[in-house]
Amino acid sequence: MARKLPAVDVVLVGFGWTAAILGQELTDAGLNVVALERGGWRDTSTDFGVTFAQDELRYYWRRALFEEPARETLTFRNDQSQTALPMRHLGSFLPATGVGGAGIHWNGQNWRFLPSDFVAKSHNTQRYGSLPDGMTIQDWGVTYEELEPYYDRFEYICGISGKAGNLNGKIQAGGNPFEGPRKREYPNPPMEMAYAPTLFAQAATETGHVPFPCPSANMSRAYTNPLGVTLGPCTYCGFCEKFGCGNYSKSSPQTTILPVLMRKKNFELRTECEVLSVKHDMAAKRATGVIYVDTQGEEWEQPAEIVVLCAFAQHNPWLMMLSGIGQRYNPQTGEGTLGKNYAYQIVSSVDVFFDDKIMNPFVGAGALGIGVDEYNGDNFDHAGLGFIGGGYLACWQTNGRPIETHPVPKGTPKWGAKWKQAVAKNYLTTATIATHGAVMSHRGNYLDLDPTYHDVHGRPLLRLTFDYTDNEHKMSDYLTDRAAEIAKAMKPREFHAKKREGHYSIVPYQTTHNTGGAIMGTDPKSSVVNRYLQTWDLHNLFVMGSCVFPQNPGYNPTGTVGALTYWAADAIKNKYLKNPGALVQA
Amino acid sequence: MSGPSVSRRDLLSVGVAIGSTAALGSGADARSYAGKMPWIPGEANAPEPITAGPFQFLTPDEATFLDAAVARLIPADDLGPGAKEAGVTTFLDRQLAGPFGKGSRWYMQGPWKKGESTQGYQSRLSPAELYRAAIKDIDAHCNEKFSGKKFSQLTADQQDQILKDLEQGHLKLKDSEGKTFFTVFLQNTIEGFFSDPIYGGNRDMVGWKLIGFPGARYDYRPYVKQHGKKLNLPPVGLKGRPGWNPNT
Repeated sequence: MARKLPAVDVVLVGFGWTAAILGQELTDAGLNVVALERGGWRDTSTDFGVTFAQDELRYYWRRALFEEPARETLTFRNDQSQTALPMRHLGSFLPATGVGGAGIHWNGQNWRFLPSDFVAKSHNTQRYGSLPDGMTIQDWGVTYEELEPYYDRFEYICGISGKAGNLNGKIQAGGNPFEGPRKREYPNPPMEMAYAPTLFAQAATETGHVPFPCPSANMSRAYTNPLGVTLGPCTYCGFCEKFGCGNYSKSSPQTTILPVLMRKKNFELRTECEVLSVKHDMAAKRATGVIYVDTQGEEWEQPAEIVVLCAFAQHNPWLMMLSGIGQRYNPQTGEGTLGKNYAYQIVSSVDVFFDDKIMNPFVGAGALGIGVDEYNGDNFDHAGLGFIGGGYLACWQTNGRPIETHPVPKGTPKWGAKWKQAVAKNYLTTATIATHGAVMSHRGNYLDLDPTYHDVHGRPLLRLTFDYTDNEHKMSDYLTDRAAEIAKAMKPREFHAKKREGHYSIVPYQTTHNTGGAIMGTDPKSSVVNRYLQTWDLHNLFVMGSCVFPQNPGYNPTGTVGALTYWAADAIKNKYLKNPGALVQA
Repeated sequence: MSGPSVSRRDLLSVGVAIGSTAALGSGADARSYAGKMPWIPGEANAPEPITAGPFQFLTPDEATFLDAAVARLIPADDLGPGAKEAGVTTFLDRQLAGPFGKGSRWYMQGPWKKGESTQGYQSRLSPAELYRAAIKDIDAHCNEKFSGKKFSQLTADQQDQILKDLEQGHLKLKDSEGKTFFTVFLQNTIEGFFSDPIYGGNRDMVGWKLIGFPGARYDYRPYVKQHGKKLNLPPVGLKGRPGWNPNT
């Protein structure tokens, strides 16, 4: 029996980006807020200081900052005919444990989605007619125009380095001409550009594209954000994604919000507290609090007036399933919403090998790169192509960490003398063009509870059923072909296009861009949360993060996760508190 | 702090009445942080270098096998030392003796099924158990096929053939899955060749010198715009480099 604690106004489940934002905003509104984090406290100088942060083995390959499958994992299968088996160690994606969440170890590639991405279903059906069989994409219920101020807010909190491509409808030289209109410039200028992306920019221009510096949460200069928190200039150390930044140069909850939030009298963080379920009163349409367990195995009930799920993407719908909230999705009938429309990202790359051009790949940063956006979303005519959606192409120079990054030409053995020679020959002189493709939602891709396997607390594991469909493969092949054309224009010795072939695999690292499962929308029959990320079932339960994306556009998700969180915080502060209840009538 | 639009008391009155359960104090056994940034001066969660001394996990036979096998995966040649000279066997020993070898972060509960390749590692063996079983199996296979010889006693060509057969799943082992072992072993060998020297491999930073990686440096701002220039920065480890210490 859980022991009951005194009630608070707001309890936040998890303490990464979304909880840091909400903690700051809701304590500003005078509320008492408690955040419960399953992992421990982490900060720059103590946990990834400059004298030891650059440790490839410890942080990436031994997973120092990531969640432990021994405690919680999920089971996975490609389709319903297979038996799902546990993801026994991390691979394809890297959720975090601990304060700051995955906001500690992201690259900092911070994008806005396109205006048409938010109306994907109506936009694409209007332009191209009916959707492929089984595709279950939806409109979001919120528009780009509504989110613009909140994108802006997140970008200024983070100090994003970049160049506007569209200011109030006027296309700007040097920026991304395809982006939605923004009200003002980025808070910081673009980063200094390394050699490989510069060569890519030249080749992209020659082949008729409009290259631009990718928006980056790595600081191009020292920056003080609107909360008064100062970040230092990026030193291009090449230890960004999968690592914490030792320099206070990458936006994270720790470097942008926590120094202010943690000092507030009406905020409390409890670490090593794992939330097991959300308590609720269905008749009253309210969540009443959460049950959590501490490191001694003691269970506690934390009553709260508002409960917000701020855990990593798929953990939020999992927690709802474990709590008996919402109607679980049934892939046979298409009924139910919880667990529906899980999506991911489809990525591929082209390695571009030179003899005489020294790239110095170790001079890198997580979001240091040049992109082209001609093939994203509906920026190009899809007539006759057999797919919808797209993605960006980019030449990033993120790292030269040698366990991970030692490109070799096609046909090279994976070991032995020839491998060694190829690694030595190509390490300094290779560029890579990445493609970053959308994944549309599909009837057979979803989340539910596993019938066999359990976590360390005895709870059923989440079961992931997912595979790429024809739409993804055709789209990704198209992107890879375009990337190869630009690679050729870079006039290399040779290049190697690595298409994403076959079934989705949980084994190789791809991206930590898991989406869906608690999707947002306009109607309780087809979504779990409304446009303000409020659950349809319980008016004081809100759900943050990329689990609300109805499908996954062709950009990294964090910018939109941040914008949606500020948008929801605004709705809670200015609408919900004045009149607690459903913010959208079903 | 901006003015609240609604007081806490107002908000609480909106919902159901809070029970009269006695306050237990917040946080219980968890750590609670409020009102300040947590900060302990002089504290850092620094990495733990390996300790010198004899093998902690490997038997002499296993070490002999690994010395021979890593020397085929990354051989010494005109370009410089290979994995054996870089101390990869020591690296593997310390890894297998520690949390990685035990699979302490891995989900290791049954039931156990082989599964599809897209579902990843499904062996019930921890990495340390996998090495132990596979090395025994491979040496037994060599003993049978090459009239009493161990893997380490074969010619380089014979060793390469065994490794290729493992890589391609052609060599069936008694108690372990050869291809699974090879995948883990090759990955760990590359880790030992290129990771920081504090972990026992990459001795004298030979892996980094081979490719021109400057190691654990943290500020490349002067070099970002030096497009196409070979920098020739000598590598630095987390504990510095020999040239920094006149006594070594």
